[in-house]
Amino acid sequence: MSSPADMANPLLFFFMVVTLFPLGLGPDPERLSTMAPGVLWVVALLSSLMVSSKLFASDYEDGSLEQLAIAPYPLSVLVLGEVTAHWLATGFLLAVVSPLFGVMLGLPQHGLGVLCYSLLLGTVCLTLIGAMGSALTVSIRRGGLLMSLLIIPLNVPVLIFGTTAVSEAIIGGNPSTWLALLGGLAMGSLALVPLAISAALRVSLDN
Amino acid sequence: MSLLAAHDVEIERGDRRLLTGVSLTVEVGDIWQLVGANGVGKTSLLRALAGLARLGVTGDIEHDQQRLYLGHAPSLKKTLSPLDNLRCHPACDIVVADDVIFSALASVSLAGYEDRPVGSLSAGQQRRVALARLLLSPAPLWLLDEPFTALDASGCDWLDAQIRSHVSGGGAVVYTSHQPSRFGSLQQDIDLTCHVC
Repeated sequence: MSSPADMANPLLFFFMVVTLFPLGLGPDPERLSTMAPGVLWVVALLSSLMVSSKLFASDYEDGSLEQLAIAPYPLSVLVLGEVTAHWLATGFLLAVVSPLFGVMLGLPQHGLGVLCYSLLLGTVCLTLIGAMGSALTVSIRRGGLLMSLLIIPLNVPVLIFGTTAVSEAIIGGNPSTWLALLGGLAMGSLALVPLAISAALRVSLDN
Repeated sequence: MSLLAAHDVEIERGDRRLLTGVSLTVEVGDIWQLVGANGVGKTSLLRALAGLARLGVTGDIEHDQQRLYLGHAPSLKKTLSPLDNLRCHPACDIVVADDVIFSALASVSLAGYEDRPVGSLSAGQQRRVALARLLLSPAPLWLLDEPFTALDASGCDWLDAQIRSHVSGGGAVVYTSHQPSRFGSLQQDIDLTCHVC
């Protein structure tokens, strides 16, 4: 994540897909707004998948990963730092601008805050899980497809909780249960996934 | 004092046994050169000694001392300047001051290149940036994989001098190279051809 282009890519992808949906489905605001939570969340998931597949690739190629692995600090902590930086540049940014995209899809006003909040929690999980997939497949050429196969099933609960929270908010229900579940997932993955990432990286370096 | 002790190390790659029965003890002041033909397992052994390879490595390798490993990959970010690349090196536990980095870059004759992106430098210059880490790391044990590649004659002499001053100052060096011995009686060779299965 060194160039501004890398940072803009997921946002651009998000923007393109969200503009294409009304063209494909027709401009009926009623229909768009019922589909908006699902569409926005799926696009967020795909864009996170797209960028996190490359998370450790450059570090692996230029040897920085070797230096991290023999550093006198725990690899999981160093990796958490790297993933946090990556999340700030992608997931966080995406969550912050997501209300804008929500408006484009006719999401009712009382759903916008929940969309932003759910994406803020959800992208933490998505980024960490994506980083784990990237760590597992970094030493394999063209590991992208394998990584998607490994990662998508793990992302499904995040997607379900996220879309349900936003849909619940739209129909006037209480989304806090779903947000709490998302928060739990985020905290759980923050605590455990860095350990898995560091173990996966050590295996990847070991060849 | 021993900086690294390896006893009866055996390395396997997949189904193939690469090396067997390698033992070495690196004491302060030692220079070890790993020699052997291409593919004999010099890099594999050096990575095992650095603690990077674990799968397929059996035997005891004790490294309680901090070590600096410089491999084939320079671990430099091409879009960043040499200054930024050296500013915070993950294998060192200190963040070094800028003027120390400036003098390290001057020592590898790269004064004036501090702010250019590393990607715009030549292969030899990139190698010099990577080697500038030798001056910045506090680690007593250096593990260098083919450090003399891509360096010109003056660069080789510079590295030669760095290694000599490092070992006389309480450090030790293990390196791989195809060049004939540069350090005469100071260095010990370990010929891996004898350990191939």
